[in-house]
Amino acid sequence: MKFGVVVFPGSNCDADCYHVVKEVMNQQVEYIWHKENTVDGFDALILPGGFSYGDYLRTGSIARFSPIMPSVIDFADRGGLVIGICNGFQILLEAGLLPGAMLRNSSLKFICKSVYLKINRADTPFTNRLKVDHVIRIPIAHGEGNYFCDENTLQSLKDNGQILFSYCGADGEESPEFNPNGSLANIAGISNLKGNILGMMPHPERCSEEILGGRDGFYIFDSMINWLKEVGK
Amino acid sequence: MKEMSYKEMGLLEQEYEQIIEILGRQPNYLELGIFAVMWSEHCGYKNSRPLLRNFPTEGPQVIQGPGENAGVVDIGDGQALVFKIESHNHPSAIEPYQGAATGVGGIVRDIFTMGARPIASLNSLRFGNLDDERVKQLFSGVVAGIGDYGNCLGIPTVGGEVYFNPAYQGNPLVNAMCVGLVNKEEIAYATASETGSPLMLVGARTGRDGIHGATFASEELSETSQEKRPSVQVGDPFMEKLLIEACLELIKEDLVAGMQDLGAAGLTSSIAEAASKKGRGVIVDVSWVPRRETGMIPYEIMLSESQERMLIVPREGQEGRISEIFDKWGLDATVIGEVTDDGMFKVFEGDVLVGAVPIEALTEGCPVYVREGIEPPYYREYRDFNIDDLPECDAGEALSKLLASPNIASKKWVYTQYDHQVMTNSSIVPGDADAAVLRVKGHQKGVALATDCNGRMVYLDPYQGGMMAVCEGARNLACVGARPLALTNCLNFGSPENPHIYWQMQEAIKGMSKAAKVLGTPVVSGNVSLYNETADGAIFPTPVVGMVGILKDIDQRCQMAFQDEGDLIVLLGRPREELGGSEYLFVCHGIEKGAVPELDLAEEHNLIELLVSIIEAGLVKSCHDISDGGLAATLAESSIKGSTGFNVDLDFKGIRRDKILFSEAPSRAVISLDEKDLAAVKNASVQQGIEISLLGRVGGTSMIINDQGIELVNLAVQDAAKTWGEAIECHMK
Repeated sequence: MKFGVVVFPGSNCDADCYHVVKEVMNQQVEYIWHKENTVDGFDALILPGGFSYGDYLRTGSIARFSPIMPSVIDFADRGGLVIGICNGFQILLEAGLLPGAMLRNSSLKFICKSVYLKINRADTPFTNRLKVDHVIRIPIAHGEGNYFCDENTLQSLKDNGQILFSYCGADGEESPEFNPNGSLANIAGISNLKGNILGMMPHPERCSEEILGGRDGFYIFDSMINWLKEVGK
Repeated sequence: MKEMSYKEMGLLEQEYEQIIEILGRQPNYLELGIFAVMWSEHCGYKNSRPLLRNFPTEGPQVIQGPGENAGVVDIGDGQALVFKIESHNHPSAIEPYQGAATGVGGIVRDIFTMGARPIASLNSLRFGNLDDERVKQLFSGVVAGIGDYGNCLGIPTVGGEVYFNPAYQGNPLVNAMCVGLVNKEEIAYATASETGSPLMLVGARTGRDGIHGATFASEELSETSQEKRPSVQVGDPFMEKLLIEACLELIKEDLVAGMQDLGAAGLTSSIAEAASKKGRGVIVDVSWVPRRETGMIPYEIMLSESQERMLIVPREGQEGRISEIFDKWGLDATVIGEVTDDGMFKVFEGDVLVGAVPIEALTEGCPVYVREGIEPPYYREYRDFNIDDLPECDAGEALSKLLASPNIASKKWVYTQYDHQVMTNSSIVPGDADAAVLRVKGHQKGVALATDCNGRMVYLDPYQGGMMAVCEGARNLACVGARPLALTNCLNFGSPENPHIYWQMQEAIKGMSKAAKVLGTPVVSGNVSLYNETADGAIFPTPVVGMVGILKDIDQRCQMAFQDEGDLIVLLGRPREELGGSEYLFVCHGIEKGAVPELDLAEEHNLIELLVSIIEAGLVKSCHDISDGGLAATLAESSIKGSTGFNVDLDFKGIRRDKILFSEAPSRAVISLDEKDLAAVKNASVQQGIEISLLGRVGGTSMIINDQGIELVNLAVQDAAKTWGEAIECHMK
């Protein structure tokens, strides 16, 4: 099973994702430079965090024009697993692979801390090793993670079970108090309708080993591997 | 452009005459500018160099001491740490966001210039009173600037310190430290190369920003300082990120003979530094320098401090491959000159020679001033201040006040704005222990980092305070279980031309040197920032220490939080009663006086050995040194972090209780441990000759301090946690 980590100029969590897939999950992994124009041979793609193109103009807005993106979109259209983390999520939004947009955090400040997420579904390629309503602890680190979409989109996200992760308290209560960035409906991560694309602001690669203070993120990567093994490509 | 006189450029009359003597003629405007920046305190260390010679700089662990872009120490397994701390005080006072951001950019360049991958940033900040609106602006601007720049680079900001004191009201301190990891055989030096080697300039285009930044950094701040805003550079972290990746690729492929970043004094300094190493010369043609503004004259191009630029001297025949790598990262590399053998720094504009000065005169020839320090009258007066005349405050109220002091309160408001986890090495994150701890992937060892300096103590007694800064840095590392290896320092003082300030410098450096010698932590890099004063006077002398150390086994790392109900709480070190210079006197009595607590370096050394040995042996469940706020604040912080109370009974022996509770005397730490390990810890303490006293136990929901059964303090942990946790946030609302 081979993962690809797409590297844009300004990506800075590329090496972290690579490390987890290779050293923690014991899977094959390769970097994919943004100027490439094929993703042939990969079973799953990771769009890592960072500040692609400095995030000048708008987060993710320039990266989506990178030469690699048509191949990523094509891979996703064919049902390939794509996970966008933080800046990766922002790029997926800009590329139209996921609905909605990001606003600046309601505090107008960059926020780096650990938060709690509630798992809303456990039957997806990204969450099958987790349990519904379980709470995981995971770090966030972003200045623009305030998810926004129009009412109809929000309703369809809810109706179709596309909100995989919601910000919550340690005991799972979803209230504004536990919403770190002002996201609509405490949204921390969403999938596309088909379920093969995930965008999430928190960083699972930062909590996949005990030495970093927890390994809840491990189960997201493990879910992907499990799904690829069970369901196939 | 209005031409500046040599005086406006910061040169003295005698220096101007010296230049005429060197050249055998009047310098032209470009040459004058080149001398002025190279002979500024910031570049030439003309007031501090004689004092810096006191620092111990050698040891078996030292691979590179002062003199390069950064210091390098051996951490075993063929690896080394590259690190340095640097000031960006003056730019930050004028334009806090860009000033602080470019401070980070500059120190990061110093690290990857040496071939090292930057793995962590720290910062040491000082501001005036946090109730002041301008101070709030400076504070939030500086923190946002550091955060936005470092976050974009993907280098975790893992630690540091922030203090607030009226002494820094108009002159904040912004010191940025960066640490890099490198394989020993890949360390790159600034050495240039053979005659005929091209000089390549890469990165951002050159603009008019930052001209005379180095000169500006070497004078007092005044009402006209705001007019010097053009001397503050503007940062582009994305460009810097591309430079890091591209330059590290060059090093991996062994393509460069020399590499130098463009920092203070821009092209002038980097070229002079690169070529002076082997007594060679250079020619530069400014018309080849890519510019972002039109109409720039050679003077502006040579003195611009535009950020995110690097000077590369390629290995013979490697220009092609170097250009390919830069092209991959979307960077332009331009040949702007070449190395010669005549010892001259020649600047051309096309075919016209517009300036020529001997390189050696710029570097080795920089004037050096040995000044006379005079003990200021305040020193004895404050030292002899009698604390016994002060009333004693209620212990519980005093502790609450201390926990709410921005100097002691949680710095969460600051570090949550910094990405402190990127690179996935942060094994102890900010706020959880006395030092940051990073893992080294693929190894069992860990790296520990801390910055320290209590400016008030240094002010009251520069010699003792200088020793304290080094000792606290080393002790903080020991508290997480790391053995201190070496240090970098940033010496922030007022004007050296004032004999009282010069005395502070002399004494502080003497104290630091002595402590560094005894603790075996040589000084391998550093920076000097003088003229930190406004019309209201000088800052507290603030020689910030950045200490690095190594944990043998990262799994034994120790944090400050109390762990389990029933664990024993133990004081390592003597019960002390000196209150001089304490935060208690400042917060509860409004006094910043008194004799600074004594420091016995041998005792400190033994305490550090003891801490490292018992933590390595797995005997300690929490560890926190005694510093700001004294014993009471130390206990309270371990309690808050552990979300559990404690109950201790102290034997005050009739001594004033505030002295025992709030003394900031050094060489002490509070640990908690399982009862079964007490005998082993006692044995180890006896072996090191360190006094040990059992204070009480962890548990409950309150912080309780008794004097032989009489309750002095009873604070709910939850309330104290709120006070301590939200104090800074409340100020910033």
